[in-house]
Amino acid sequence: MASTPPSAATPRGNQPKVVWWNDRRYRAILYQVLVLGGVFLLGWYLVNNTLTNLASRDIATGLGFLEREAGFDVSESPIEYSPADTYFRVLVVGVLNTLKVSIIGIILATIIGVIAGVARLSSNWLIAKFATFYVEGLRNVPVLLQLFFWYSLITEGLPSPRQAFNPITGVFLSNRGFGIPVPDWGGTMTAMLVALAAGILAAWGIARWARRRQEQTGQIFPSFRIGLALIIGLPLLAWLIGGAPTAMDAPELKGFNFQGGATLSPEFAALLIGLVFYTGTYIAEIVRGGILAVSHGQTEAGLALGLRKSLVMRLILLPQALRVIIPPLTSQYLNLTKNSSLAVAIGYPDLVSVANTSINQTGQAIEGVAIIMLVYLTVSLSISAFMNWYNRRIELKGGR
Amino acid sequence: MTRRTETPGEISAREEEPTHVSLPPPKAPATTPLMAFDWAKKNLFSNIPNTILTLLCVWLLWETIPPLINWVLLSAVWSGGDPAICKAAEGACWAFIAEKHRFMLFGLYPFDEHWRPLLATALFVAVLATSCNPQFWRPWLLGLWAAMLVVCGTLMWGGVFGMTFVENARWGGLPLTLILSVVGIICSFPLAILLALGRRSDMPGIRAVCIGFIEFVRGVPLISVLFMASVMFPLFLPEGMTIDKLLRAQVEIIIFTAAYLAEAIRGGLQAIPQGQYEAADALGLTYWKKTYFIILPQALKISIPPIVNQFISMFKDTSLVIIIGLFDLLTTAKTALTDPPWRAFYVEAYLFAALIYWVFSFFMSRYSQYLERRLETGHRR
Repeated sequence: MASTPPSAATPRGNQPKVVWWNDRRYRAILYQVLVLGGVFLLGWYLVNNTLTNLASRDIATGLGFLEREAGFDVSESPIEYSPADTYFRVLVVGVLNTLKVSIIGIILATIIGVIAGVARLSSNWLIAKFATFYVEGLRNVPVLLQLFFWYSLITEGLPSPRQAFNPITGVFLSNRGFGIPVPDWGGTMTAMLVALAAGILAAWGIARWARRRQEQTGQIFPSFRIGLALIIGLPLLAWLIGGAPTAMDAPELKGFNFQGGATLSPEFAALLIGLVFYTGTYIAEIVRGGILAVSHGQTEAGLALGLRKSLVMRLILLPQALRVIIPPLTSQYLNLTKNSSLAVAIGYPDLVSVANTSINQTGQAIEGVAIIMLVYLTVSLSISAFMNWYNRRIELKGGR
Repeated sequence: MTRRTETPGEISAREEEPTHVSLPPPKAPATTPLMAFDWAKKNLFSNIPNTILTLLCVWLLWETIPPLINWVLLSAVWSGGDPAICKAAEGACWAFIAEKHRFMLFGLYPFDEHWRPLLATALFVAVLATSCNPQFWRPWLLGLWAAMLVVCGTLMWGGVFGMTFVENARWGGLPLTLILSVVGIICSFPLAILLALGRRSDMPGIRAVCIGFIEFVRGVPLISVLFMASVMFPLFLPEGMTIDKLLRAQVEIIIFTAAYLAEAIRGGLQAIPQGQYEAADALGLTYWKKTYFIILPQALKISIPPIVNQFISMFKDTSLVIIIGLFDLLTTAKTALTDPPWRAFYVEAYLFAALIYWVFSFFMSRYSQYLERRLETGHRR
């Protein structure tokens, strides 16, 4: 090959003339035209084939099928649904079910992951070994296999509702799902939720005010304790004002299954347990890596300044570790959400599962798959946008 | 330079599972009795909360380990193809594995020909073990791999040397899982390098195509891509042309892995100091020479941990082909359970399959740690 063509930035007036196909700028344009043209041709070829195939199979395209009656039932739904409803409604049910398992899963996986990650670094040898066993054992086994295992364990391993396993009063574990008692306090419950929201808001406000005051005057205000007292105390106050109700809606055996209380279906329980324990292993490793990434000198420096151990953790270690932890944690949240689509394999009616049934019934494969992808893209992008916003908030300012 | 730069936060935000392999192992206990006493005092009973935790753990072990040993070993049924004996016994039913292991390992492959997938798997593991030693990283190793793939293909398909022909719809079990993973790794790697380079290219058109592809594939679950493979692929092709189910799944796995791998490699590319690019330019190297001799050797070394993580993920994700009805290791284990008399022994079946997956994945992650230490040339200070 000839020597490299002059770069686009060099002045070209006094240089020997280069043939255009040896000029980097023209070559770049040529390459791009070739690639884009190739992509376009491939797309056109596929679309063309698809249209021909659709025409020869008499499949109508378009989203018109969403208005038609779905005609199939789903085993669980957060909103009212009957087989007489439309395909649109059944897809909404699917999305809600996906969101339900993802959000609860993300919260629980974070808790388990943080505990296991910290435990792996524990100075207690046995605790560290326990955590290592959990992380190394579950991380290297496919999540789908784990889901099958938990599902079999619940549906085959647990007794029937009549002989349900009853570890604590009111809690029933059977092969038809888990029954849990829920408080039946009427209006007091609502009042408590409002009080909780008010408590959180007030605690946040106090923390802000206390920080500003400390920056200006140096005086420390016990904002953490007072905030905690507000968050716990306000709902408690609402409960007392409401007459301190204690009525519980506990599940009771009626016929072949439980009535009342809250029930977790075997599918939901298996999916949740599987996803939480699997993702928890990854989060544990992220947390461990994040804590290890902060050099030991930081702790020593903090202690040398006379800070208490808890303050060293909160003011020095945690903010630095979080910077390492947050970005990969985002990926794990996204993975959990995407892995929730494995629900289709054990029969939990998530989006992929109901969309798959709809595709089989209507033949609207392209629309169905497009809806699945669109929803997951939206959810993925929202989670990463939120986590990126949080990441920017905690990252080093001006530390480029 | 118009090259897009990103903050480290943004780069690592896209890395998947980044802390899989590169952390130091915890310290091991000492051996002599006196040291053991000191060690226990320091590591188990250093203060009151620690002592409580230790006692809790010991109690938990005391409660779980003896029944577990009893279940796995002492009361287990090891042989005899009678489910009734297993049902009566307290322990695990390894007789179920003894009865069904041929089906779990090789799926629907003709029973009398099982030596062929067995030999192919053994050959594959042997070549893999050979390639693990960096001393053997010479051009002949590529030849060895090519020869191995040809021999394995011949063994699996047959039709020559007096072996009956077995169409790939009947392949199954562990060989299928390994084929999907290995072919997936081999094919997705070059594609991923091209995508990663394309994403860092100066040409906006190429960059847009690569970013669009990578972000789209990474935004959707693998399962929806597999669905697309099963319901939409037939629509994409000209009439009368069909593609084998195995090939469809393989293509989807390659595409999916390539997108994730491209991000892992991009992380490495971005970690290379700008001076390396400029020095290569100053030497008058062409783009491909610069990439091949200067950039990629450094970038790939940095990205070994995320790349291996991706391979481990992909190895585990091949189990998803159950959705489109391929008989991989997980599917065969699940199918073995549909035999009514053996239905109750799901724990044994899933443990068996899990153990095989675990051994391969664990080996890969440990190997990547070794490789990282071995290739360390003081790049990271």
